[in-house]
Amino acid sequence: MLTDPRLLLLSPRDSVFVLRGQIEAGETVWVAGIAVAFPQALGLGHKIARLAVPQDGQVIKYGAPIGRATHPIAPGDHVHLHNLRSDYTPTYAIEAKP
Amino acid sequence: MKGWLRSDGRKGIRNVVAVAYLVECAHHVARKIAEVAPEGAHVIGFPGCYPNAYAQRMMERLCTHPNVGAVLIVSLGCESFNRFQLDQIVAATGRPVQTLVIQNTGGTRSSIDTGRDWVARQIAALARAPTVPMAVSDLIIGTVCGGSDGTSGITGNPAAGIAFDKLVAAGAACIFEETGELIGCEGIMADRAVTPDLATELRASVAKAARYYATLGYGSFASGNADGGLTTIEEKSLGAYMKSGQSPISGLIKPGDIPPKGGLYLMDVVPDGEVRFGFPNISDNAEIVEMMASGAHCTLFVTGRGSVVGSAISPVIKIAANPHMYARLSDDMDINAGAILDGSATLDQIGQQIFDLVLATASGQPTRSEALGHQEFILTYKSFEPIGPSCLPV
Repeated sequence: MLTDPRLLLLSPRDSVFVLRGQIEAGETVWVAGIAVAFPQALGLGHKIARLAVPQDGQVIKYGAPIGRATHPIAPGDHVHLHNLRSDYTPTYAIEAKP
Repeated sequence: MKGWLRSDGRKGIRNVVAVAYLVECAHHVARKIAEVAPEGAHVIGFPGCYPNAYAQRMMERLCTHPNVGAVLIVSLGCESFNRFQLDQIVAATGRPVQTLVIQNTGGTRSSIDTGRDWVARQIAALARAPTVPMAVSDLIIGTVCGGSDGTSGITGNPAAGIAFDKLVAAGAACIFEETGELIGCEGIMADRAVTPDLATELRASVAKAARYYATLGYGSFASGNADGGLTTIEEKSLGAYMKSGQSPISGLIKPGDIPPKGGLYLMDVVPDGEVRFGFPNISDNAEIVEMMASGAHCTLFVTGRGSVVGSAISPVIKIAANPHMYARLSDDMDINAGAILDGSATLDQIGQQIFDLVLATASGQPTRSEALGHQEFILTYKSFEPIGPSCLPV
């Protein structure tokens, strides 16, 4: 299954890839055999879904759970604060940005 | 490598004068005194006026750190810190020590002049102090990460882990920490303990951290971590955990406990008992200070977003995880682990670079933050119980 070389798989059972190169706004990128359009740029270290994860299902990275899906996640989705939550303490992030 | 031999058998890789203020009210005088020797005199101190056993012990450990050759204690005069005990403990190690009480020395100007005279004389004496041969097995090395992003856990942290494995194999003691950033890793980490009882202690330390942070309402997670692609504390933890490498875990220590022999140690930095005094470590330098109190000669600092800090007393080696950040802040960074992402270096190569730089730093080569004059220091209130008997298996 064709995957862009900027997408790094850390462990065989991971549900996400990690970006090791920037994706520019408007690019179409191969993710596990699917052509995915990215309207917004994504920087290094961000996660893109490799496998589908149902709502409340565990998201796996480094072969270990990193939290649960707050909405169903499809392959190619950007996985971040909008669809993943901690099983321990909630994540704080500044929302208002210039 | 050569180092300065201290009376307790430890050896220092630097030979600085610590100028130690015992309350914020004495901070300005301490800072002005240290200006007489910006490279050789380092300001450390405790801002609080109320007594605290942890802060007392930390200052005692720091003033007898192997990188410290002489100590000037700067007291206002009415604070609760036990300056007599600190002076006695330093004197008992054979180090030159002087206590300057501002209220008894005619105030600011006179205290600064008196302090500068004493520091200048010590600097001159330390410059003539003899050195002895030093081996890797004499070293204690700490590691922290700060300003982490999604690259830290795949480049800088695992590379620091490889350097740790090489250091442990050569007989050094290595310390990793921040149990609040190991939440989610307790199971895989406990499997590496050298005894089952130590495994229980490791799991308990992370459970304590999870309870502590749950009470505070925030995990050990800053907004910039999310900008860098990290979403949850357990994801950040798995990345942070990579700093520990693959060696067996020899023990669990708390700030100020000195590793008794070579090996890999976890430092439990979360206070014991009910939640008091706020967040365990309010910023990265609080972690570096605790590593130094446990004897760390040098600290590896992995950063993704780009921290610029150094430290008083012990050099900090900064490892850039993110190649874009390295390009922006290369003057502040000692190692470019981001090279792993573009394929221009392997994890093993960066791990070897870090190991080699630790030895060069221990041999006297200044790190970037030292050369830029960084000497950050912060110490705040905490409360700990002593470690249990299972924490350091014989």
